[in-house]
Amino acid sequence: MSLAWLARRLLLMGYTLIVVSMLVFAITQILPADAAQSLLGENATPDMLAALRAKLGLDAPAWQQYLRWAGRVFSGDFGISMRTSQPVGPDMLTALSRSLLLAVSSILVTLLVAVPLGVVAALRHGRLTDAGVSLIAYLGVSLPEFVTATLLALLLADTLHWLPATGYISLLEDFGDGLRHLALPVLTISVILIAHVMRMMRSETLDVLKSDYIRAARLKGLPERTVLFRHALRNAMLPVVTIIALDVGYLLGGIIVIEEIFAIPGIGRALMVAITTRDLPSIQAGALIMAATYAITNTLADMAYALLDRRIRYD
Amino acid sequence: MTELFIRLIRRPQGLVGVALLALIAIACLFGPALAPYAPEKIDFLGRFRAPGWQNWLGADQFGRDILSRLMVGARSTVPMALVATLAGSAAGAIIGVGSAYLGGRIDEAIMRTNDAVMAIPGLLMALLLVSTLGNGAGNAVVAIAVAYAPGMARVTRSVALNIRNQDYVKAAIARGESAVWIIFREMLPNVMAPIVIESTIRVSFAVMLFATLSFLGVGAQPPASEWGLMVADARQYMYQAPWGLIAPSAAIALTAIAFNLLGDGLRDALNPKDER
Repeated sequence: MSLAWLARRLLLMGYTLIVVSMLVFAITQILPADAAQSLLGENATPDMLAALRAKLGLDAPAWQQYLRWAGRVFSGDFGISMRTSQPVGPDMLTALSRSLLLAVSSILVTLLVAVPLGVVAALRHGRLTDAGVSLIAYLGVSLPEFVTATLLALLLADTLHWLPATGYISLLEDFGDGLRHLALPVLTISVILIAHVMRMMRSETLDVLKSDYIRAARLKGLPERTVLFRHALRNAMLPVVTIIALDVGYLLGGIIVIEEIFAIPGIGRALMVAITTRDLPSIQAGALIMAATYAITNTLADMAYALLDRRIRYD
Repeated sequence: MTELFIRLIRRPQGLVGVALLALIAIACLFGPALAPYAPEKIDFLGRFRAPGWQNWLGADQFGRDILSRLMVGARSTVPMALVATLAGSAAGAIIGVGSAYLGGRIDEAIMRTNDAVMAIPGLLMALLLVSTLGNGAGNAVVAIAVAYAPGMARVTRSVALNIRNQDYVKAAIARGESAVWIIFREMLPNVMAPIVIESTIRVSFAVMLFATLSFLGVGAQPPASEWGLMVADARQYMYQAPWGLIAPSAAIALTAIAFNLLGDGLRDALNPKDER
């Protein structure tokens, strides 16, 4: 990982953030013919409309509006929520921390389950275990998260009463109960991610096992365990880093639905509330923070990949 | 074409996919005619009736027949996903091929911007657009199409880059053909196969995304019997009548699986070399 590569990668991330901020701003504030009207609804009086237009600076040209907004956002000021009259930034960051807890736990569960399953499926290529694993993977990617979430809640909360159906309790407040409340959402996200990662891990392992250097290692007379763990898995694991990073994008979308269903006050739910109440500053902040999280994760993943695989030379 | 179809249904995944899709197509075309009851027919004596001979898949909180609602609802779910995918794929394919044709710095700039747009997760992009355009099935379709275009652009461009260096494209450039001609008549037809495969698999995600938007209340609006909407409705009563939840969930899953299988089957049928 050369310094030039690193600089280029960071520059790219900066560009991504600028494009994303422009898009979010354009969709939420420029695209509506009259943002003030659509925010206040049919019954707004002319005075209210004029006041809101002045507050949002809607009478200025679009690029001026954007620059003013971007300038404020860059200094960490996301504006005042139209619903709660509180600054948006701090609330969104608290919400983000809850979502990140959910996301990181799900990724950990996924890795612990999906990697071994994928490898087993590859080793048993063409046999019943392989078919079973592939079938489950198919099912996992073919169910939208709101279906998986509802079915799991129906089974584990309403029928078996093992877990609480909804709600969020901070881990700092009550660790045990907090974990119990986290279990269903984490399980739901993991089911979908496991399907994804497992498929990838299976096909990567299959590819690697066919390669020349594995044949060489076997011909050298190395025990099968050494071949598998020291040679094959090391290489098959690499693309998983990328897949996980790409899945973070999916995860951030899925989290909107999961948090809504399980009533977790994370950034997804905050965004949904903002959208239903037409709270413009909160919508902009929520969308921007989610996209920024994705861009940063991807940059970190690329860096990890470059560190792990010395052969990679991006130019 | 027939040869391709035979190759497709010779594999188990292709066969199952085609069979499932035939069923779904029948439901979309003839759903209202084949449904045993009218989808809006309220029967207060039959509220939450369990699946049985009267209502094969049970009845909902108004005693409406769930099977009938599913069959009629196929129309408000599957074609929407198809249209959204088609529009998104077409836009993405044109951007991708155009970018590959232009090449060099312009290609670089287009693709970097495209990647940047992809930092906004699909569901988030769709939600933002729908919140601006207004709730409703039509706007949800537009939103999904826009959310899909960048991904398709990236896939198409990677294929089109190879085509760009083929002799027939160079010959067309040497003949002095216009850029539009080269993009649409020389390059696009030759990237069709991977686009079709990718789009088919993406329909399954579009079905799920569309149902999700309806589930969240911003897609199809009641009283439509769109499948995601049916799940949202049934959630309140899931303890009394779990069948109200399971039936539409299964319908969404089967549709998604069908398109996934078809996509995988097509990939095998179009690239006979690849054994996996």
